[in-house]
Formats: sequence, structure tokens, C-alpha cells
Amino acid sequence: MKDLQSILEALLFVSDAPVTFERLRETLPEREAGDIRNALNALVEEYRSRDSGLYIAEVSGGYQIRTRESVRDWIRKFRKERPPALSRAAVETLAVIAYRQPVLKAEIEKVRGVDSSGTLKSLLERNLIRMVGRKDVPGKPILYGTTRKFLEIFHLRDLSELPTLRDWKELGE
Amino acid sequence: MTSYEIRLNVFEGPLDLLLYLIRKNEIDIYDIPMAVITEQYFQYLETMGALNLDIASDYLVMASTLLHIKSRMLLPVQEPAEDGEGEEDPRMELTRQLLEYEAFRKAALAMEQRPILDRDVFARTGPAPEDNGKGRETVLEVTVFQLVEAFRNILVKWEGEDGLELNRDSLSVADRIREIVNRLEEVESLTFDELLEDLRDRAQVICTFLALLELVKMRVVKAFQMEAYQTIRVCLAPGHEGSPIHS
Repeated sequence: MKDLQSILEALLFVSDAPVTFERLRETLPEREAGDIRNALNALVEEYRSRDSGLYIAEVSGGYQIRTRESVRDWIRKFRKERPPALSRAAVETLAVIAYRQPVLKAEIEKVRGVDSSGTLKSLLERNLIRMVGRKDVPGKPILYGTTRKFLEIFHLRDLSELPTLRDWKELGE
Repeated sequence: MTSYEIRLNVFEGPLDLLLYLIRKNEIDIYDIPMAVITEQYFQYLETMGALNLDIASDYLVMASTLLHIKSRMLLPVQEPAEDGEGEEDPRMELTRQLLEYEAFRKAALAMEQRPILDRDVFARTGPAPEDNGKGRETVLEVTVFQLVEAFRNILVKWEGEDGLELNRDSLSVADRIREIVNRLEEVESLTFDELLEDLRDRAQVICTFLALLELVKMRVVKAFQMEAYQTIRVCLAPGHEGSPIHS
């Protein structure tokens, strides 16, 4: 068990993206899936209880070693990079897309009450959203959805982890 | 009403502004006093105008919506029909829109407070961007559009720069094609600028560009760049050594 935990820890350490459970199983075919699962949970728990600068984040359907929020100021200083700016417009637009996907630009703009072309473009460039298809209506407008990177950036296991939208629907509908 | 100015940049749009006005006046969102809100909304637009800020059309659309609702409120209310379904309050659509927007705004706030990657928490990253290019052999082929863009930039450079003299030499595209191929047989590749550097007037620049486009089309030369947005270079396409023009 302990050796399996070491292997898993090392695998997570060398990866630069969240590692899925499937990927870990593929790497360790000689091990029982249940054992891997248990070792993984134990590892996550160990990181949680250990007072280190690292923890194991469960994001975007995988596992990733990340630095704790408590050390962020030093990481920023060390990296000498400004954290990526997420404007209010960007997060608002992302929220509409995350909750309503697949969603049209016109629907996003109806909710926000403002033209969202520029914001959509920059979200596409940053790979936080993608075109997921076209709606089968005249003009075949583009449908947007969020990406895996969106889940990674916003620390979400999957979309169901988003808190439920306050129920505004009850009004007159 | 001076308090608006401070918040000018903070509003994300007309809905955001309306929500602010509603909260500021401690108004019940299900019973919006249209006269008050419309007046304050217009005052805000005036402030924007006074500060020479461009008022986005989205704000104007909302302004007309507010006026429309306000005018409908002045009309006598129709008696509720037998089934009790009276005409809907003209403000209802706006209220719905505001509540919906507010819900998403709260969701956005909640999202922003999560431990965001590269802002609050960090993970291993791939090689730093500056190392990516090193030793990379990838060559990006340039599209005709990029060529045209580069050409436009050169023409702009020529704009206003009076050529020394305009000589109408017998300069044809065919001549330029031969010339470019000849030069490319001597050197491995030329930059776009090098191709055009010793030309003296616009006609020659245009001739040379047309020649280049023709060569690219015939796949005699290849236009490429080592990395996006870098200098465009041209070279002879493989299998096309030697002058292709026999006219």
C-alpha cells in the first residue's frame, strides 16, 4: 500500500496536467483498481493532514499536486509573473456559459445586457471556452461551452460542482 | 447625484447600473417606481456624456426600454379578465431580467472567490514559454492573407515618401518573376523586406508583390516564417530549382 502511494505521488509530481484515475490504472496494470483508489485517497488525505506547502487538488476529472493558497504570495514573487487578470466581464460571461451551456452569444448578451463579442473572443483565445457546435436554426449560430481548462483554472472537479444558481425562475413562470 | 461619477467604470452594463440604483434607493425589485429609476438612469447617462465617455449603445437600448415601460404604466390598467389573468405588469419583464442577471452576477462572484489556478494556487507547468522556441524546427507556412497584410504594411511605409523619380521602365510582372527566382537561386532565402528594398516607386513594389503572389500560387516559391508574427521569408519550393519561366 505504502509503495503504491509513493508511485502515485511520483506520477502526480511529474505530470504538468491533472492525471485521471484511468491514466493511473493504465500506468499500473498489475495493480487492482480498488487498491489504486484506496492508495490515492490515502495520499490525498496524507497531503491534507500534513502541514506542507502542497496539496492534491481534484480538478477537471483528475488529480494534481498544487501549492497551497497560504503560500501564494511567495510563489507569485518567485515566479515574477502577474496573476492572469480575470475581468468582471470575463467571469460574468464565463458564469453564464458554465451554467447555460451549450449557449448562444445572443443568449449570453440577453442575460448580461451588453455586447459580449470582445469578451467571448478573449475567453476563446485563453481556451476557457470553446465552440461546441451550431444550433439548428436559420443562420446556424455558434453554441459555446466551457473547456477542461476552465475546470482546471476554477478548481472544479466537474460542472456539477458549481453551486446552484439562486432560483430566479420562480418569478412569474 | 455626484456619487455616480466614482462608480462610472464599475458598471458592467445597463443591468448592473439598474441593480445599483435599485439597491441604493432601497427599492423593492418587484415594485420598481419607474419614474424615479428612469430619472436617475438618465442622470447617469448625462454624467457619462459630460465626462465625454462614449455611451455604449446597450445603455441607450435600456433607456428606451425604461421610457417604454414608464409610458405603459401611465395607461389605464385593463380590468382583469374573468379567469383572473389580467394583463401582466409592464415592469415584470424587466424585473425578471434583473433577477436573472443578479443571479449570474452572484455566481460570477462565487467563481471568482474560488482558489484560482495561477492566481491563488499553482501547479507544475510545462517549459517556460521562452524555452519553447529554442531549437524548434517548425516552419509555419504563410497564407496569402498574411502576405497581403505584409504588403499593405510596406505600402503604408511608402505612403508620403515621395519616390526619387518615376521612371516608367518596361517593368513587367514576368520580369520581376524572373528576377526573384534568379535572386533566390543565389541565396537560400530572402525576407519580404529584402525583396522590396531597392525599389524606388510604388509601381515597382506592386509589380514585385504581384510577381511574388504568382510564384506562390504556382508553388515555385514558398513563403514561410519561423514563428508566428515573425519576418516573412521566401525561398524556392523544393523540386522547383531553376527558373520556371520560359516565356
